[in-house]
Amino acid sequence: MAQMGGGSAEDAARLRTQYGLDAGVAVQLGRYLLRLLTFDLGQSAIYGKPVASVIAERLAVTALFMSCALAFAFSAGLVLGVLAARRVNGWPDTVISTLGLVCYAIPSFWLGLMLIVLFSVKLAWLPPGGFESIGAGLTGLDRMLDIATHLVLPVLSLALIFLAIYLRLMRASMLEVMNLDFVRTARAKGLTEGRVLWRHVLRNALLPMVTFVGLQFSTMLGGSVVIESVFSLPGLGRLAFESVVQRDLNTLLGIVLVSAVLVIIVNFLVDILYARLDPRIGA
Amino acid sequence: MRTLRAYLRSPAGIIGAVLLVAVIAAALSADMLFPRDPMALAGRPLQWPGANPRVPLGTDNLGRDIAGFVCHGARVSLLIGLVASVVAVGIGVLVGAVAGFYGGWVDDLLMRITEAFQTVPNFILLLVLVAVFGSELGVITIAIGLVGWTAPCRLVRAEFLSLRSREFILAARGLGMRDAQLILGEVLPNALPPVIVYASVVMALAILLESALAFLGLSDPNIASWGNMIGAGRSVLRTEWYVSAIPGAAILVTVLAFSLVGHGLNDALNPRMQVL
Repeated sequence: MAQMGGGSAEDAARLRTQYGLDAGVAVQLGRYLLRLLTFDLGQSAIYGKPVASVIAERLAVTALFMSCALAFAFSAGLVLGVLAARRVNGWPDTVISTLGLVCYAIPSFWLGLMLIVLFSVKLAWLPPGGFESIGAGLTGLDRMLDIATHLVLPVLSLALIFLAIYLRLMRASMLEVMNLDFVRTARAKGLTEGRVLWRHVLRNALLPMVTFVGLQFSTMLGGSVVIESVFSLPGLGRLAFESVVQRDLNTLLGIVLVSAVLVIIVNFLVDILYARLDPRIGA
Repeated sequence: MRTLRAYLRSPAGIIGAVLLVAVIAAALSADMLFPRDPMALAGRPLQWPGANPRVPLGTDNLGRDIAGFVCHGARVSLLIGLVASVVAVGIGVLVGAVAGFYGGWVDDLLMRITEAFQTVPNFILLLVLVAVFGSELGVITIAIGLVGWTAPCRLVRAEFLSLRSREFILAARGLGMRDAQLILGEVLPNALPPVIVYASVVMALAILLESALAFLGLSDPNIASWGNMIGAGRSVLRTEWYVSAIPGAAILVTVLAFSLVGHGLNDALNPRMQVL
């Protein structure tokens, strides 16, 4: 009613009954939980559609975005961490560790803006926002490339802080594993340094990294709210922001629920992966 | 004294302390250097840094003095960081201590609650709290504290679990100490070093969370918060990018200072633990 600019008292009463606001708090909570049992998240006041379908429309973008950011942060963190650990306290280590510290302190949304200034405004290499070129009518490979160029900057700005975390973790856990007995055995067998690193150290050093992916996933999902708003990506995070601004509480609660479920699913997958990586953890 | 000397041996700690002192000095001298209201009009909008000696870092699109705003913003960020981390660490220590000390069903119950908080992404929970309770400075600060207590809680619980069956605790129990005395007087002081280290991380996270919230325009609009100015500068990003760049650099320096201090503290207090 605030959006319509006001209304009569009867209208207000009718709307209250329609949205069930006339019942007590406990009754309303009970109704909400009952509806949840049938996966009904209620109606979105702004979009005039069920919340579930509003969220479903946005989920794919966020899923793609998050998996790209996660993959980038993980692989780059892994490689940099290994490089730093191979020459502890040498110059590559110092450079990489310093870089990690700085990356950890950069506010992601600010990094996003600065990347836009550099790559979109000054150099005009990459688009400043959006998920794909609207109205270009691209299909197949062209469309994929188009989406990829749109995702480069957001992925970079979201992933950098996690890259810093993974890099530090990887470095620490590589250093720890390298001092273990079985590594000395592998060296004594006469294996080359590269083979010792890749076959023996890396696999064991990966375990804490994998745990951390699960732990950090919810932080990453929270970070996507800001980044999706900066780059106007039509994803779940932007929907969360919009629903706060538009006072669309049903949608906001739906997002909270869906993101919690996502976090649980990812942690479940991480546990499975963990058992695959480390046979000592029984299936 | 020995802790201080150990702290000063770590280069990261020294750089962090210097940066932190600089930020605190900026916050303390804000009223002296820039006595005018940081939100007030200081001159023609969008003057580049260095163009006008009266406003050394230029003005933003609302004509506010960026240098003054950044100085006053340090005050807001430090205040929010401090109060929010006191709230977060306070709740975390309380819940973690009780869970770790008593174990059993108390532990189970408290840990399930902690997990429920952990599954919901921090920032989204923060959005919900802001949507429900409004966005005054006090509400925001407490909300940030409420969002960040789970990690210190797990840390304290783990420490308590490992400490509670040590011999000196058994001895203290044998002397007839009550639970409260045991928790506060015996276990907690020994569990505290990693918590102090982690508090600096919480502080940095709190500052980042608030600035992100302010950037989206969901924080208190009446305070000189760095995130606010970055958000305001977004509309002139294409040409006057310095409006967003300068306060962002201030956030970067502050957060970096806290994490470096955390490193230094970590080296000094528990040399064998790796802080993340």
